[in-house]
Amino acid sequence: MPKLTIDDIEIEVPVGISVLQACEIAGKEVPRFCYHERLSIAGNCRMCLVEMERAPKPIASCAMPVGEGMVIRTDTDTVKKARSGVMEFLLINHPLDCPICDQGGECDLQDQAMAYGIDHSRYQENKRAVEEKHMGPLIKTEMTRCIHCTRCVRFATEVAGVPELGLLGRGENAEITTYLEKSLDSELSANVIDLCPVGALTSKPYAFVARPWELKKTESVDVLDAVGSAIRVDARGAEVLRVLPRLSDDVNEEWLSDKSRYACDGLRRQRLDRPYVRQEGVLREASWAEALAAIGSRMRGLDGSRIAAIAGDLCDAEAMVCLKDLMAKLGSANIDCRQEAAHLDASVRGSYLLNSTIAGLETADAALLVGTNPRWEAPLVNTRLRKGWLRQGLKAGVIGAPIDPTYPTEYLGAGPETLLEVAQDNHPFADTLKAAERGAVIVGTGALSRQDGGSVLAAVRQIADKLGLVRDDWNGFNVLHQAAARVGGLDLGLVPGPGGRDVAGILQGASDGSIDVVYLLGADEIDMAKLGQAFVIYQGHHGDTGAHRADVVLPGAAYTEKNGTYVNTEGRVQLGRMATAPMGDAREDWTIIRALSDALGVSIGVKSLGDVRQRLVEVNPLFDRVDEVVAAAWEPFGASGPMGTTAFSLPVDNFYMTDPISRASETMARCTQDFVAPKQERTGTHG
Amino acid sequence: MTFEPEAVGASEAEETSAFGFSAENKERLDRIIGRYPAGRENSAVIPALDLAQRQNGGWLSKAAIEHVATYLSMPKIRVLEVATFYSMFNLKPVGRHFVQVCRTTPCWLRGSDELAETAKAVAGCGLGESSDDGMFTVVEVECLGACCNAPMVQINDDYYEDLTAETFRALLEALKRGETPKPGPQNGRKGSEPVGEWTSLTDLPDLPRAGAE
Repeated sequence: MPKLTIDDIEIEVPVGISVLQACEIAGKEVPRFCYHERLSIAGNCRMCLVEMERAPKPIASCAMPVGEGMVIRTDTDTVKKARSGVMEFLLINHPLDCPICDQGGECDLQDQAMAYGIDHSRYQENKRAVEEKHMGPLIKTEMTRCIHCTRCVRFATEVAGVPELGLLGRGENAEITTYLEKSLDSELSANVIDLCPVGALTSKPYAFVARPWELKKTESVDVLDAVGSAIRVDARGAEVLRVLPRLSDDVNEEWLSDKSRYACDGLRRQRLDRPYVRQEGVLREASWAEALAAIGSRMRGLDGSRIAAIAGDLCDAEAMVCLKDLMAKLGSANIDCRQEAAHLDASVRGSYLLNSTIAGLETADAALLVGTNPRWEAPLVNTRLRKGWLRQGLKAGVIGAPIDPTYPTEYLGAGPETLLEVAQDNHPFADTLKAAERGAVIVGTGALSRQDGGSVLAAVRQIADKLGLVRDDWNGFNVLHQAAARVGGLDLGLVPGPGGRDVAGILQGASDGSIDVVYLLGADEIDMAKLGQAFVIYQGHHGDTGAHRADVVLPGAAYTEKNGTYVNTEGRVQLGRMATAPMGDAREDWTIIRALSDALGVSIGVKSLGDVRQRLVEVNPLFDRVDEVVAAAWEPFGASGPMGTTAFSLPVDNFYMTDPISRASETMARCTQDFVAPKQERTGTHG
Repeated sequence: MTFEPEAVGASEAEETSAFGFSAENKERLDRIIGRYPAGRENSAVIPALDLAQRQNGGWLSKAAIEHVATYLSMPKIRVLEVATFYSMFNLKPVGRHFVQVCRTTPCWLRGSDELAETAKAVAGCGLGESSDDGMFTVVEVECLGACCNAPMVQINDDYYEDLTAETFRALLEALKRGETPKPGPQNGRKGSEPVGEWTSLTDLPDLPRAGAE
């Protein structure tokens, strides 16, 4: 460990870090534009100059590795003057349009100009002007403002894995652009907006909407995939204006998928803001009392076995535990949280988690992907696998539909036959997994949501067992979920009780008339046509398929409008926080279920959010371990029996529209049009 | 630099007309790629672009750039970055004789302005343009590193030095007639030796003088 002196402070730092990082450890702030700790080092902005003893001139601290006995000064006049000089050069061509620039108020250049800028310009020449570039429906460009830090280029190449951005030309004619000005086709593209230290790349949907100081910032978690990215919800009044990623090394690092970032405009459209009751075939507005009375009159005296409940993809744990309790009080065992009908076993926690953990996956050196496209189901899990490929040459094998996850994969086969070969150690890729130090198998819901899902799960488990993927210090068995509610639901045991029906059974029962009432808690992804003549109660926040079929609609709160607990795909319990109030007459979901239980005369006995959270911990003590991943024990699970022969299908056919919020979003519709529709046409599925 | 056909002055047809390395160039390029360690084939991108430019009549079309990218398994944008960075790669069609007039201080002091005027007059086009007959493209460039023989121009791969307006005109006319003028100084001088008598270093009899046969 080299020792060095920074501004008279002696510190010892790890080998191989840069002087800039050492300065940060010593508590000295160094200005920078091009340097970013999660990207490679470019060393081209020159803002991080510091003085080094025995060096003839200031050095770029981001590009200088630490050495034994270095003496660094960050506070001398020379350093200040050098940085002022760099700043002056950066400002030669930077327009003075801060008043109309969306970056204003959160701009690195603006902030650092306050510290290192001078109050006048020494140049009379015209500033250069650069043509706008088209980068798609999410990224607005104002390339005249660009200072050529190349962070966006490095992000696209290294993290997103779509080398489409580049710096063309040289010197004063240098310009950032995509090849032939195509849109940046990546589900992580909007992260370049956060990375851009100036206003060259800004958010298109958010253009000219608000200034940062007008916004109320709420730290929360994302629910549009099962990653549970840490987010910050920025709202003005009752409107969520934007969603930004928050730093979370274990989950999303500091990135966010485009859907999680931009589907927030869907929170303003198609909302259920008051109760509705179906009268004479038409949904009519109603008061809460009328809606609850309508449910009461239909359900009174009904046997529990004729009632069923399905919890959807975006539900918070609070609402789900209340639903579970309500169904128990009503004497019904017909409850399920697995809308996609995945054969997951709620009794063994290790059977439905991403056991390697999201951060752990980047250390894997071999991975078998079964019926999953992590790039679309969980982009921020995919970045970890990509990192594994970049760092230790992760070898990835794919069983299922062919995918392009931005790193090379070996295509093994389409369906269960190949899976069985690997499980029986009859396939060359089995040797790859066996030889791996940290081998992983990742199974998607595409492979589990089928008749033979239980057997598929068993085969995957056999791979994990037989090929040595599960050890004391490493569990390579992973289920990749897409729904933020799924793991929470399974943790709370929202699965059929003894003699109860699962999703398929409920739909079957509703079709043949043996189920009279179906309670849909935000469940929109089931086949509504199969609900037959059943009386459907839909509780949720968007007028999607569920609300259209419903007989009574109870307006709930979207994820930005309630304090909710979610468990991500690796089993991490996280708290989402209320950023705005629910719309109109809508209420937080657990309160609706509580009110309904009172109306039905079977009170579930919770009075406050504190009570509900207490109940969560009673049902599963893990809900007390917020922000932690508790490793699950490795116990037997999986069904016996042969697998079918049909190929595994991918669960997501359009990354940009997977849930009621993103389906209501205009921005996501535009992305679908730009990125997904052309590819589907190419494959000939559109006529 | 948007790299759209109109921006670089090449027609859509010229930009996209198919490009593939000739058998001879393919062999040369494979030999060049072989100089680099396995996995570092990208290092051959500059020679590859140079070969493509020579085969393509002195300029790089979109198709040529994309072919190089495919040949070296590189993202297209990476190859385009290299092609736009170096001024020796032309991104629009050029005439048969690509005339680069040096205009940096030594050449300028020795009359490069007149040379540029001469070139424009003979070719019948402006700077940065090509003559109608496709014989010449005239551009001004910064120092080509032959200041001791200023003023000078580079035509394709050859340097023509110690020019005057007259000798330069004669040179261009000769090229126009299809002749191949001798490269180097055009005033009878040998390399960068003194024009007339030796005036210095005359009392060092034992040292061999460069070029003094």
